[in-house]
Amino acid sequence: MSHFTTTNATRARQLIALYPEPRSALLPLCHLAQEQDGWLRPEAMAEIAELVGVTAAEVRGTATFYDMLHTEPIGRYLVSVCTNIACILDGATELLAHAEERLGVRVGATTADGLFTLEESECLADCDHPPCVQVNHRFVRTTTAQKFDELIDELKAGGRAEEIPPHGTLVRIRRNGGLRVEPQRIERERARAASSAGERAG
Amino acid sequence: MAVTDAPRIVTARLDHADSHTLERYLATGGYDGLRKALGMTPAAVVAEVDAASLLGRGGAGFPAGRKWSMLKKDPVTYLVVNGDESEPATFKDHLLIERDPHQILEGVIISAYALQVTQAFIYLRGEFALGLERMEEALNDAYRHGAVGEDIFGSGFSLDIVVHPGAGAYICGEETALLESLEGKRGFPRIKPPFFPAVIGLYGQPTVVNNVETMANIPWIVTNGGAAFAALGEGRSTGTRLFALAGHVRNPGPYEVEMVKTTFRDLIYAPSLGGGVREDRELKAFVPGGVSAPWFGPKQLDLPLGQDEVGAAGSMLGSGSVVVMDETTCAVRASWRITKFFFRESCGQCTPCREGSGWLERIMYRIEHGGGREEDLDLLMDVCDNISPGVNWPPQQTTICVLGPSIPPSIAAAISMFRDEFLVHIKDGGCPFD
Repeated sequence: MSHFTTTNATRARQLIALYPEPRSALLPLCHLAQEQDGWLRPEAMAEIAELVGVTAAEVRGTATFYDMLHTEPIGRYLVSVCTNIACILDGATELLAHAEERLGVRVGATTADGLFTLEESECLADCDHPPCVQVNHRFVRTTTAQKFDELIDELKAGGRAEEIPPHGTLVRIRRNGGLRVEPQRIERERARAASSAGERAG
Repeated sequence: MAVTDAPRIVTARLDHADSHTLERYLATGGYDGLRKALGMTPAAVVAEVDAASLLGRGGAGFPAGRKWSMLKKDPVTYLVVNGDESEPATFKDHLLIERDPHQILEGVIISAYALQVTQAFIYLRGEFALGLERMEEALNDAYRHGAVGEDIFGSGFSLDIVVHPGAGAYICGEETALLESLEGKRGFPRIKPPFFPAVIGLYGQPTVVNNVETMANIPWIVTNGGAAFAALGEGRSTGTRLFALAGHVRNPGPYEVEMVKTTFRDLIYAPSLGGGVREDRELKAFVPGGVSAPWFGPKQLDLPLGQDEVGAAGSMLGSGSVVVMDETTCAVRASWRITKFFFRESCGQCTPCREGSGWLERIMYRIEHGGGREEDLDLLMDVCDNISPGVNWPPQQTTICVLGPSIPPSIAAAISMFRDEFLVHIKDGGCPFD
């Protein structure tokens, strides 16, 4: 019984087929699982392990290394406020304090209604619009407390759905088809290289 | 826009709102460089890039042509493009990925042809959701256009490109950590030697790893010739470069300027560029090339934006980010925040970096927040010395990768430039800027 939906199971196989080694699809598959479930469920990690040929512990061990992969449930909207050097020079500390007050949670926590998780993030590479805020990894450019509040109100009312998809959705563009260059070619070339190396040795 | 009248090479298309689309790309000479390259021999394309003397735009500034020539001969080789931009205050790749993905793709395809590689990967930072969408869309369009895939433009050359999302880890910008991550593992840097990517890279095969801005320069170089590129700039720093200007300036933003012919003063003060320090305040210090670089002060403003020039002055152009701090900035607080960043992002493999970053962060925190002790400055320098012996520039290394030796420079610079400020924090038991 697959944890992935039928559509996502197909996408998972397509993702794996893009790489010479199945394990390379591990991160993309974790993103796919988060797109489906909102977070990385143990069942999803077990299935990813099976799909790419490693143990579930290896998937968890890899996933926990990365900030964007969540092995515990988080809110529908992940609000990331950068406090790195460019942003701290321009009011990030104050904006983060405001965000804690407005959402009623500390950094790292999720609001009781399950809507928002607040995160203090490292540099998000949008430093000419400080302090930088992302929601579900979309740059929202709410640089003042007032703009931040307006955004939160809008999200609570179900707005901005087009601009900010649910947490976990990174790419809404589907790759049309797999690889065009015959995938067996690399294997053939490797085999040929191995045999010619053998001949030289012999 | 620029101080000199050098052409804009990587930002030429960005005045158009639809600069990311195939239609706009084709209407502005897009994929002409690729057609030209496919009519040349791969060796001739390499020769043009060599003639351009293009320095890698990721941070280390290694000549791209030489990197290519080091690729070990093997039936299976890979090209991997580094779009994991995470060095604090660097936002130039972000711009190029979102606003001109085809230019990067064209650079990748030309480079793959020059290297005779049939499989390329573009590793993009996971937090760039829009960038990932734009790049995937551009890739789909490029396949449809016949610029990628089987028998590109009827040339007989075939190439597949895969866009790979990262998942949030600064260390994956380090090329061997990036390869580990691309193999589906934790981003642990590999030890060099033996794991030089050009010899043992992705899946153990020889691999070239280039930055996205490096790739974005390739179409122009092929179209206009390496000599035209080398005619810009001076010495080893040829061409233009895209600088990310942030902090206390009137107009923070990405600016493409001619190398060496432009100075830090131009970048920060020219009305068409940074426009000067905000509210006409005094400049206190600036970060010249990402937070791994030692800081500069007003005395270094007239240094040219050139790799060797900045290197000789004791710092680096690094990732191309310049952060301006005005007189209201607390040097302790700024360097504490940078240290906290390295503490969070250390991968944990090497003891000096894993433990040292945490010790430094805690000492810096207590100084900034009123718990500083008299012996703390010596203690900071001692810990720095254990991570990077001598705390000199260029730094010595005790760790597998350069994240470790990137930790001390901002602390050492802050202490040497603003020692009194540290002492006031310690003596008064708090931050005088609060």
